[in-house]
Amino acid sequence: METFAFPFQPLSRTGSLNTAPVPPIADADRKGLTKKEVAADHPTWCPGCGDFSVLALYFKLIEKRKMWHEKITTVAGIGCSSRFPYFVQAHGAHFIHGRALPFASGISLSRPDLHVFVFGGDGDAFSIGGNHFTHTARKNIKMTYVVMDNQVYGLTKKQTSPTSPMGFKSKTDIWGSSDRPINPVKQAVSMGATFVGRTTSTNPNHVLQMMEAAMDHDGFSFIQCLSECIEFFPGAFDSANPRKGGKFDLIPEGHDVTDEYAAYKLADEPFPGQFGIFYKNSRPTKNQNEAKLIASHREKVKDAKDWQILQKNFDRMK
Amino acid sequence: MSESTTAAPTSGGASPKVSRISEAVIRIAGNSQDGIQAIGGFLARLAGRSEQEVMTFMTIPATISGGPSIFQVRIGSGEVLSAGDEADLLLAFYQHSYEGHINSLKKGGIVLYDADHCTPKPEWQESYHHIGINISSLTVEAIGGTGRDKGKNIYSMGLLAKMFDLNVPKLMKLIEERFGGKDPTIVQNAVTCFNAGYSHSLEKAVEIYQFNEGVHKGGNQVVMNGNEAIAYGLIAAGVRFGAGYPITPWSDIMELLRKELPKYGGTFVQCEDEIAAVSMAIGASYAGRVAVTGSSGPGISLKTEAIGWAVMAEMPLVVIDVQRGGPSTGMPTNVEQSDLNIACFGGHGDSPRVVIAPANVEDCFYMAIEAVNIARKYSVPVLFLTDQGIATRIEAFPEPNLEQICQDISPDLTPVTDHKPYDLSANDGITRHLAPGTRVGSGKYPVVTGLEHDELGHPTGSPKLHVQMGAKRRNKIKKLGADLPLPKVYGPNEGQILLVSWGSSQGPVREAVDRARAAGEAISALHIKYLNPLPNDLDKIFSGFKHIFVVELNDEGLYGYGQLCAILRARYCNASIRGITKVDGLTWKVKEILDNAHKLAK
Repeated sequence: METFAFPFQPLSRTGSLNTAPVPPIADADRKGLTKKEVAADHPTWCPGCGDFSVLALYFKLIEKRKMWHEKITTVAGIGCSSRFPYFVQAHGAHFIHGRALPFASGISLSRPDLHVFVFGGDGDAFSIGGNHFTHTARKNIKMTYVVMDNQVYGLTKKQTSPTSPMGFKSKTDIWGSSDRPINPVKQAVSMGATFVGRTTSTNPNHVLQMMEAAMDHDGFSFIQCLSECIEFFPGAFDSANPRKGGKFDLIPEGHDVTDEYAAYKLADEPFPGQFGIFYKNSRPTKNQNEAKLIASHREKVKDAKDWQILQKNFDRMK
Repeated sequence: MSESTTAAPTSGGASPKVSRISEAVIRIAGNSQDGIQAIGGFLARLAGRSEQEVMTFMTIPATISGGPSIFQVRIGSGEVLSAGDEADLLLAFYQHSYEGHINSLKKGGIVLYDADHCTPKPEWQESYHHIGINISSLTVEAIGGTGRDKGKNIYSMGLLAKMFDLNVPKLMKLIEERFGGKDPTIVQNAVTCFNAGYSHSLEKAVEIYQFNEGVHKGGNQVVMNGNEAIAYGLIAAGVRFGAGYPITPWSDIMELLRKELPKYGGTFVQCEDEIAAVSMAIGASYAGRVAVTGSSGPGISLKTEAIGWAVMAEMPLVVIDVQRGGPSTGMPTNVEQSDLNIACFGGHGDSPRVVIAPANVEDCFYMAIEAVNIARKYSVPVLFLTDQGIATRIEAFPEPNLEQICQDISPDLTPVTDHKPYDLSANDGITRHLAPGTRVGSGKYPVVTGLEHDELGHPTGSPKLHVQMGAKRRNKIKKLGADLPLPKVYGPNEGQILLVSWGSSQGPVREAVDRARAAGEAISALHIKYLNPLPNDLDKIFSGFKHIFVVELNDEGLYGYGQLCAILRARYCNASIRGITKVDGLTWKVKEILDNAHKLAK
């Protein structure tokens, strides 16, 4: 991956933050974090919520991959799942409904030293944030987006979601939903996401495996993670849970992950379908494209200081 | 226009006499693709290089292509404060330009028209001095048929150069600089066109005008429009990330930043919508780079939820609003100052933020830097209210000392032992934002959020904390208000009338004061740049005047007060504060201001 380095160094400032600086620890001297060190507030989710599993596996991912607090940032929009950043002991942001992706894009594009994880729900991702889902995928901005899909609006107590199945009875569709649900995997592939995976919170090993692969992917990585809402849509994913009499089918090994059409075909299978990586391809990220653009412009101005570059423009306006 | 006349004829037989003038208002009217903005730009730039002050005003049609368009340039040897009430000369390319703009010409003024497209009306022959020249066909004659009448703007500039005895070598240099990078034949054609115009006989002209010597202020002047000044100000302030969505008249700023920022290692992203743009800018600000987003009226409405988040989460952010005629899609290419209310109060809940407005093009540059610095110091969104009047107006101002001004605001990632993003014991409630990537020794990391929160950013429903946090957000803005300089009164501190202005109205208001004081009136002006918070002690200034009139380009409102007028009345409970408002999409004329003030003061 090309590095995307802004040319200036951090300054020491007079108006420093409210406490004395601590000496930095050389990376080599540091131990990986323990789960205890990355856990913050106790989650406010209902007992039995699928999101607990995703949070636990995020901790495990940080532990396993020896990531440090300051190297990651956790971002979310609004919804049950979007409470995520509060439960993680790391820099985090809880942004407005549906807009976590552009917010995360701002971080990703301006701070290549951070890995940005975005967590959200189906309403946040595919309904109010649908536009941003399309364009973040299209621009291939580097980040990992995990959507905990429970097929219902939980925080607002049971309204229809864009992934609710037809016939689903909610407070806004008391006679059953008549709208065709979104197929997040098909949508992500068609929009240009370069990593599209699918998993379910009832299979922890698989969730971890997907998150690891997504994190290692250089580009916009998207994971649809089925995560049951125990309160408002219990049993929604029983058919994907072998312990409840369902089946958990992995994507066959022969599947060509770079073949878009094969990915559509797989994604079209009736619920619960298959799990794993549907599509994975390499395409320059927006981060890389911008870095390239900057590098070529910087080449032209060489070692000129910022004020000298600006002075040239002002000279032309005299 | 003319002040003194000398009988010093130029060479040749029946040459016109030469008059010395201190300033002139030239209005050029044509269609949007005639290159009339280019003539205006050349004249403005020439004035900037000739120790003269300059101010321009333009309107462009809201059509996709073509349509009537004007450019007005006022060049003066003294201080130029407005684009001028009436024109001294009208250059009309078409019948519609002639008929539509003759009213803007002062009685006895000159109308220079393209005789190929324009037939003068007999009834106007008396009031105005008509000079008809076959501009289109003479241009074609000069550069050959291939170019058709492309270049008639440069030909006309030659005519104007002759008429106003402009500095030809300097104009030639400007032409070369402007067209230099392209095909050499383009410069050649332009020079040919210019010379053809310049050598055209002006036997019909009564006078040739010469500008008085300008006052040399020392140092160079730079010439640019307000939107350019904002973009360069942001760059000088150290802004290296921006995001936006196209909308007139904000787009110029984003286009310029997109083009320039990569040189400085920065980037600008064109987003899918206004909401994404503000969100992305806030994301970059969160990441440690104070970022910019911007828009015009309708776009600002879309951004308000996210701006509220930035207030709540205490994030630095600069939002540029190039105001245009509203409401809704309104009049996209016309000026209005009617976004003050949304800038100060737009959003749900109590969300105090900072609102500032530049008075002229020079201010656009310096206040853009100030906006960034306020945003950083107070961790708050700063709304920067400029307007279509300044955005496209070209002015000359003294060249800034960039070496001293340019600042580096790259993220400070110095590790800290402990950090509370919403520390309630912080002085005046001012807490610095800690960028992600900073190591915190205590292992307690901050979360930034739009939910009401405790000192570390974790959600709370505690009534006590909501009260305390609300006070924190309010108090830091009050602290800024207490630190702001009190604006200086233009004129004496006491009198009958005080004209209060904000934004681009400053110039015409000052000119109105100058004119009325010359006629013996006790009138002064006050210009307010910091609109939210207002500087403390404005009431002390108001107490020196019998009438206080707030001059602003917005509607008189349900209760008879414009937007700033209503805010001032609410704050000071002063019944002498009244409004002078209009919404015709044009900048203030000095006469309009004075007529209204006299009527109200009766």
